[in-house]
Amino acid sequence: MNAKVMQLSGINQMLLAASKLKSLNWAEVPGQLFKSLGIPLLAVVIFGVLWGAVAAQIDTSLGKVPGPAKVWEQATTLYQEHQTERERESKFYERQEKRNVKKLAENPDAKVRIRPYTGPPTFFDQIWTSVYTVATGFLLASLIAIPIGIVCGLSTTLYKALNPIIQTLKPVSPLAWLPIVTIIVSAVYITDDPMFEKSFLTSAITVMLCCMWPTIINTTVGVSNIDKDLVNVSRVLRLGWFSNVFKIVIPSSIPMMFAGLRVSLGIGWMVLIAAEMLAQNPGLGKFVWDEFQNGSSDSLARIMVAVLTIGLIGFLLDRMMLLLQRMVSWDKTATIR
Amino acid sequence: MSIKHLELSHLSIEFPTPAGPFRALEDVNLDIEKGEFVSLIGHSGCGKSTVLNIVAGLYQATKGGVILDGKEVNEPAPDRAVVFQNHSLLPWLTAYENVELAVKQVFKGKKTKHEMREWIEHNLELVHMEHAMHKRPGEISGGMKQRVGIARALAMEPKVLLMDEPFGALDALTRAHMQDSLIEIQARLNNTVIMITHDVDEAVLLSDRIVMMTNGPAATIGEVLTIDLPRPRERVKMANDPRYNYYRAEVLKFLYERQKNPQSDTKSQTSEKNVDEKASSTNKQDEEAA
Ligand SMILES: Nc1ncnc2c1ncn2[C@@H]1O[C@H](COP(=O)(O)OP(=O)(O)OP(=O)(O)O)[C@@H](O)[C@H]1O
Ligand SMILES: [Mg+2]
Repeated sequence: MNAKVMQLSGINQMLLAASKLKSLNWAEVPGQLFKSLGIPLLAVVIFGVLWGAVAAQIDTSLGKVPGPAKVWEQATTLYQEHQTERERESKFYERQEKRNVKKLAENPDAKVRIRPYTGPPTFFDQIWTSVYTVATGFLLASLIAIPIGIVCGLSTTLYKALNPIIQTLKPVSPLAWLPIVTIIVSAVYITDDPMFEKSFLTSAITVMLCCMWPTIINTTVGVSNIDKDLVNVSRVLRLGWFSNVFKIVIPSSIPMMFAGLRVSLGIGWMVLIAAEMLAQNPGLGKFVWDEFQNGSSDSLARIMVAVLTIGLIGFLLDRMMLLLQRMVSWDKTATIR
Repeated sequence: MSIKHLELSHLSIEFPTPAGPFRALEDVNLDIEKGEFVSLIGHSGCGKSTVLNIVAGLYQATKGGVILDGKEVNEPAPDRAVVFQNHSLLPWLTAYENVELAVKQVFKGKKTKHEMREWIEHNLELVHMEHAMHKRPGEISGGMKQRVGIARALAMEPKVLLMDEPFGALDALTRAHMQDSLIEIQARLNNTVIMITHDVDEAVLLSDRIVMMTNGPAATIGEVLTIDLPRPRERVKMANDPRYNYYRAEVLKFLYERQKNPQSDTKSQTSEKNVDEKASSTNKQDEEAA
């Protein structure tokens, strides 16, 4: 999986290089290819070799620290476990369906119940849970942070009023938020037919609380630094409050806003894993914690698979934000990294 | 003219600064007729932009005021369109969309969609920008951006067109082109224009009157020169016209004999102050960003 993504980013860079070099010099192509694809690949290989060499030297209570080969093996095992679990699930539903049909044939008035499958979540289920949770938390954070950032940037009074609060809440660790959020969610969120799991809400809200600050601060700075001439244009045209915000303020602060959003998403992803570990909420964090508690000889390798996956997903999330940023950015010449 | 079109009466303005109030303008008086082209000329930092911004309504005079067609000016409005020194187009909109933003705002409910489109295109044609209508500011040259800025201002059908060194950032050749375009547009539309310039030739070539300002602080109008040259004026013919050269000499005399201190005390003081202001404002931004 590792190699695959490295390849992906390499292709990306190659495309970039190709688009820059409109008049491609064919004699240079092998060199270019090596630079954009070969060098990162070489780095990965060196990293893998070093990892393997160092790992073999360390003895732990669970045996030797696994090298790349062992980790790869566990990755395939995790995939197979996922496949088996899916098979079991579909078989379970098949059986249930047959049973129900039979029941109805015997007695048309019989109550048929469709019970959901309750097997243990696989590694891939946990990935999905984590991604879904971080997306929710991040979206909520953005919905709150962008408007606050805009009004703070527009009004110095509001900025002065809110700044101390923002600066105080910003450095709070997710581990400190978690107990408060957990207790409040269990107190407030009481329904007979819950739409969301409590654990999901706790994780998502913790992510939200931790990751909205960079967006607020960056949006504020972006909005308050709008070119004075553009502000004057808006005043001369007598744009209303909403037109001013949507036609002048937001477009000109989009670069700053997105810089903040990217930082926010990165923080959100880190926070989520920590929160899942601490609160035993489903997700990749719980997977890591469970393996740690399990303590079998494979555990360390399985944790490493999770760590690499967490890293890769974080990387992909950042790339996605970058793409989005490029799409909405009006300044196509600016280099966005 | 019996009824006054635009009247600047006893304008004074003080800016609050850390070192106490700074009086930039003192008792500026000027009456401008409809269709008149007036240039403001003076040394850097004397307060030309400040005068223009007061007329635009972007600044409030501390004393005195501006009266346009019998009504006092106290806030910005599209009837006093401004062409800014560095074009100030919205970089995320095309030339067409930049003009459209202004047209939609000014003619909302007065023109149909179709009429608006024609009006936008008409104004862009006026400044010879029809070929690059759908390009963004980042894709066109400095002169073209300035043309779009002028088209945007003209499209508002302002009572007064205010231009703050509209061609200051352009090279000499482009500037000459732009001046010719402006002469042509002015001949067709006969707008009331106040233009700030540093360029003596530009002032004489374009203006009906040149208003020369004394050096700050507490700057005011030193002299007003009426340019009595027939229109249309052609750059090349003018170069040999004795009256043209006389006017030119008059302005130069004012600037370099009566108000001579382009590099000495006053200016260096103000420029120092500007630097200080900039430094303090960047500090503030840093604090905010931190
Ligand atoms: N917002 C402000 N706050 C404080 N001082 C100001 C402000 N705006 C202008 N000034 C001061 O008023 C004086 C006149 O400034 P202004 O910008 O009108 O000069 P100008 O004649 O347009 O100069 P230039 O030709 O260089 O553009 C300067 O000394 C400047 O420092
Ligand atoms: Mg100026």
